[in-house]
Amino acid sequence: MLIYTLKRLLQAIPTLLIVITISFFLMRVAPGGPFDGERQLPPEIEANLMAAYHLDEPLPMQYLRYMGNLLQGDFGPSFKYKDFSVTELIAQGFPVSLEIGGLAILLALIVGLPLGIAAAIKRNSTVDYVVMGTALTGIAVPNFVIAPIFALVFGVLLGWLPAGGWNGGALPNLVLPVVALSIQQIAYIARMMRASMIEVLGSHFIRTARAKGLNEGEVIWRHAIRPALLPVMSYLGPAIAGIITGSVVIEQIFGIPGIGRYFVQGALNRDYTLVMGTVVFYGVLIVLMNLIVDLLYSALDPQIRYDD
Amino acid sequence: MTSDTKPYSGEQSDGAPLPAGGPNPPRSPEPEAPGTKESAPVGESLAKDAWRRLSQNRAAMASLGLLIAIILVCIVGPWLLPWGLAEVDWNAFGTGPTLENAHFLGTDANGRDLLTRVLYGGRVSLSVALVASFVSLVIGVLYGAVSGYLGGRVDNYMMRFVDIMYSLPFMFLVILLMVVFGRNIFLIYAAIGAVEWLDMARIVRGQTLALKRREFIEAAHALGVRDTKVVTRHLIPNAIGPVIIYVTLTVPKVILLESFLSFLGLGVQEPLTSWGVLISEGVDMMQSAPWMLLVPSIFLAATLFCLNFLGDGLRDALDPRTR
Repeated sequence: MLIYTLKRLLQAIPTLLIVITISFFLMRVAPGGPFDGERQLPPEIEANLMAAYHLDEPLPMQYLRYMGNLLQGDFGPSFKYKDFSVTELIAQGFPVSLEIGGLAILLALIVGLPLGIAAAIKRNSTVDYVVMGTALTGIAVPNFVIAPIFALVFGVLLGWLPAGGWNGGALPNLVLPVVALSIQQIAYIARMMRASMIEVLGSHFIRTARAKGLNEGEVIWRHAIRPALLPVMSYLGPAIAGIITGSVVIEQIFGIPGIGRYFVQGALNRDYTLVMGTVVFYGVLIVLMNLIVDLLYSALDPQIRYDD
Repeated sequence: MTSDTKPYSGEQSDGAPLPAGGPNPPRSPEPEAPGTKESAPVGESLAKDAWRRLSQNRAAMASLGLLIAIILVCIVGPWLLPWGLAEVDWNAFGTGPTLENAHFLGTDANGRDLLTRVLYGGRVSLSVALVASFVSLVIGVLYGAVSGYLGGRVDNYMMRFVDIMYSLPFMFLVILLMVVFGRNIFLIYAAIGAVEWLDMARIVRGQTLALKRREFIEAAHALGVRDTKVVTRHLIPNAIGPVIIYVTLTVPKVILLESFLSFLGLGVQEPLTSWGVLISEGVDMMQSAPWMLLVPSIFLAATLFCLNFLGDGLRDALDPRTR
């Protein structure tokens, strides 16, 4: 297991290198620089600024310098938020994003799994159709459409919840973003769980369990659930990636000071270092999450052992 | 006494002549008129078979109808409506849906007619969907077919490349591309197409590997058909089934990606608009002008719904296992 982990980490490195390199060169090749939006600076001052940020060195030198800094955990200064370094900004935003993202995944599992199981047990009944219909809505309609509508209905029209803002993580402010973020994953998880459950319920060992006289509850909860969970577990990796991607939009809509919002603002402001920092950060996060999920999966399924 | 059963009497026991083709004549799908000797089976092409099965799926047919309606409205609507895309009605800033002044769905904060903008936006969103899906289709099919056909180490490296591409956080790289090269609509077509081709390549490669060993490919080789011809004229047409299925999955993803980009402000540039942009504007005005949010949202949601139902239906119709 340890060897597998190390192997996967090693495999992740080329991916991360590619991500970093692509982002780096793309940003540097961009027409227009980070200081274009400001007042026209006299050329000497502009030259000094460029020198201070090392923007006047040849590209490969800049690249090596950036990689060196990265290895020390230094993402460089933010060009737009002048007093902050990117590392500080990411450190500020990450706990917020983590809270929302983590809660969203939890909600997706807590709501999605039972819905899928219920739909599978009462197949082709009203429950099934309702669950699958709602799931289709969650999949078909993007979360940046659902989120504002929720905000409109629950925030503006009904006034039950604040329509936006972070407020230091107060509970009413958490509800709408977390729910909006999780809807799509609830839909996917419910559908997967249902399909997987239906398949497991048709297998031989379930038939044996029933033939032996176990009541339906035991059959489902003690025997069918565990194998049925496996495909859903292997979906967790993409689910987390989906939540991370979705958080970019949700944070924008609800005004949550997380990393996603920094990413978008950085992209719109051409803040090179900030965008690259967030892209690298997201890349590392996604790779790590996939690795953790795979390890979890192998721990759950005795048929899969990653030792060669 | 029981009736005699002679071994062969040239007629059935009740006196009727024996049937023409023997006791078990080959049956054809169409009921034959009595007395006809024609028994060549009437084959059905893949398209006809799929269409027949699809037309029995009511949800898919309804979705197809609604989708065609939306497309027609987006194409023809702007010609019929009195307001232009960026035309400002100085008397009506941010009004709701009314019948006066022909602002059927209201105006936005700058006084531009919302219905017109939604229809123009629909043109952009749908055209991006078509073109970008087509781009990803072409790239994916060619890449997969070549990779599968060549096999061996080349195939290995090509698929490794696909695997590495898979693990990249594409959303972010596309956003980077948009930021770097400006928000050109052709770049959007290309960037989105370049993101979605991976799955297609994998599928086509799988199909090609399976088809490569079939006799008709061997026959083509024996006849001296050049490799490029074999790939384009024999392999690809036979791999079409799963490709179509995948296109039905790709188109909604493309629309989603484009709306996502536009929503963040990184999509098409003014004066062009798309549903994502309109939804973003709607969010800003949510409290005072909720129709600005609802109208494009409904259009986008309806289109995606229809595409999903249609995709499900097509997948069921083309699924070889249930044929």
